[in-house]
Amino acid sequence: MGKYIDIFMNWAFGYQMPEWAILTFGTLANVLLVALPVLLAVAMIVYVDRKVWAAIHLRKGPNVVGPFGLMQSFADGLKVFLKETIIPAGANKFLFLLAPGLSLIFGLVGWAVIPFDEGVVVSDLNVGILYLFAVSSLAVYGIIIAGWASNSRYAFLGAMRSAAQMISYEVSIGFVLVSVLLCVGSLNLTDIVLAQKNVMFGFNGFFFTGLMPMFFIFFISALAETNRTPFDLPEAEEEIVAGFQIEYSSMSMALFYLGEYATIILMCGLMSILFFGGWLPIIDWEPLYMIPGFIWFFGKMFFFFFCFAWIKASVPRYRYDQLMRLGWKVFLPVSLIWVVLTSGYLVFFCKFAS
Amino acid sequence: MIIAICFYIFATILIGSAIMVVFSKNPVHSVLFLILAFFNAAGLFVLLGAEFVAMILVIVYVGAVAVMFLFVVMMLDINFTELRKGVQDYLPVGLLIGFILPVEMAVIAGGWSMTDGIASTITAATPPVNEVSNTAAIGSILYTDYIFLFQLAGLILLVAMIGAIVLTHRKRTGVKKQDIGKQVRRRRHEAFEAVDVKPGQGI
Amino acid sequence: MAFLDHAARTIFLTEFVKGMALTLKYFFKKKVTINNPHEKGPLSPRFRGEHALRRYENGEERCIACKLCEAICPAQAITIEADIRDDGTRRTTRYDIDMTKCIYCGYCQEACPVEAIVEGPNFEYATETREELLYDKEKLLDNGDRWERQLALNIELDAPYR
Repeated sequence: MGKYIDIFMNWAFGYQMPEWAILTFGTLANVLLVALPVLLAVAMIVYVDRKVWAAIHLRKGPNVVGPFGLMQSFADGLKVFLKETIIPAGANKFLFLLAPGLSLIFGLVGWAVIPFDEGVVVSDLNVGILYLFAVSSLAVYGIIIAGWASNSRYAFLGAMRSAAQMISYEVSIGFVLVSVLLCVGSLNLTDIVLAQKNVMFGFNGFFFTGLMPMFFIFFISALAETNRTPFDLPEAEEEIVAGFQIEYSSMSMALFYLGEYATIILMCGLMSILFFGGWLPIIDWEPLYMIPGFIWFFGKMFFFFFCFAWIKASVPRYRYDQLMRLGWKVFLPVSLIWVVLTSGYLVFFCKFAS
Repeated sequence: MIIAICFYIFATILIGSAIMVVFSKNPVHSVLFLILAFFNAAGLFVLLGAEFVAMILVIVYVGAVAVMFLFVVMMLDINFTELRKGVQDYLPVGLLIGFILPVEMAVIAGGWSMTDGIASTITAATPPVNEVSNTAAIGSILYTDYIFLFQLAGLILLVAMIGAIVLTHRKRTGVKKQDIGKQVRRRRHEAFEAVDVKPGQGI
Repeated sequence: MAFLDHAARTIFLTEFVKGMALTLKYFFKKKVTINNPHEKGPLSPRFRGEHALRRYENGEERCIACKLCEAICPAQAITIEADIRDDGTRRTTRYDIDMTKCIYCGYCQEACPVEAIVEGPNFEYATETREELLYDKEKLLDNGDRWERQLALNIELDAPYR
């Protein structure tokens, strides 16, 4: 982006920018070019979410504001924006206001390494997947700080649940990532996508190989990681009345939602990159490459988001001990065994990409 | 120049937050400052070009260890007046330790020297950055030259983990527990029986 | 064999898939939502909504101030004061219903010998202030005039069952 800014400035004002300015403004423009559409996408995806739940419940969903109710999220945003921000008397003011910001930031920074098409990425980091893993493990801080700073029992309970849940499922997500990395031999997300080209019977994507069970584990862990039903215990409305966000109002609550949904779309993107070949078509067939890569990528992300919404509308909430059991006693051993099997296969058939 | 500015920003915040870890009165704030310190250390690693170490630092320390700290510290119920009672008694001992430690460190730093052979191996172990990514470089050293140390470290962690479980796990008797496998395996014919009841006879 | 069968079901999550397929089927079904202010659902003739005081066709109010409704009202929401009018008939000077107290049991309607007080089909009369829900005689008569056609129809439809 910096290159284009430089060319534009030359053309429009005949001004040659210094090197550092090109770098700074270029990066800033890149960041905005990703972050703003993500925020817009969050607004639209909330609408999609509500529409899907409604359809499964045989309802119509939001359909009043704008054509087909498309403007509903913006109306809600405006409404929430105009409300009063209430800070509880016993709350730690600074941390209380910091927490929603943190959860939004951690929802957005992950997008820095997501490749939307070949070469279309803010930062083509060498350790992209580790970066994403780090960011997703940080997401817990927004919640845990919110829970503590609110100075409320319910909020604290929600935060505790959330912390335990996220750490537990991070472990199995880690092993899933490891098994993918073993097959690719690189931590770079672009490399991971390219390695999936024609990986099995003309299909693009590790989903169609022996890594299929890993995909399901990853999918379910992603549900737990983003606090979606059936693992939405941190906010469980019926037991701890919205948990960590109970004391939040107005914009500070809206930021939690923005962060949560940004993380959810990020997870959807991650799933399509790791298991469905990112911007590659599903089938390695020449005419399909005519469709631009980012459309494939967005299409896959949308499909996974649909699955998220579908599951939310279909299944009831897990009980806490069942949640822990699933994480530690089912997913951890299975993913561990699968890592061993994968590496065994790769070593035995000398398939390691050095 | 940007890198120099970044370095000073990271370094200042790192030292500042490290000091605040010790001096802040609220233990939760201490942990949060610790997290900030970890972050800035990771930033410094990135500036050095060691992005793998930086990410691992964030994942392991910030993502897991610090969350556990926070978990424990938030649960604490500390009475600060009670805690400050003994300050007078412990002050001399604390000052003594505070004096000895820097002196020892100074002695070590003063007497630091490298064997001649070591310097060459250290430089040889680092392949050029633009050819081998440093994830691969760390891997190829860790799993060849240092494999036994690496395994040993893993073993120690495993022992610690098992030890913690053994120490805390109690087998409680007389407690009703859910056996999920058993519940899932339950079939209709095991739980349900159709009986032909004759009128006036009961079962 | 049963064990194998069960194991296969567990591993391939068949029950989960079945459930998800069911919800997906519902996703494509026709929606049952009524587009509320623009479409209305059907109401029974016996629906008990907002109160109204009816009049005879010649414009004379029906209420004869017998106070049966006041007596039967379980929530004591009705207050009536009566007097002899100039033409010698007994009429109410005051007929108040506190809509915040009313429990919409319909006893007043049952008790009324002249079908003056009725509960109409209107249920959308939310107000911004509490005072607006303290209905007086004027408001009730006004309601009666507004809804008369519907009220008369409902009474007629329900008449065979009384």
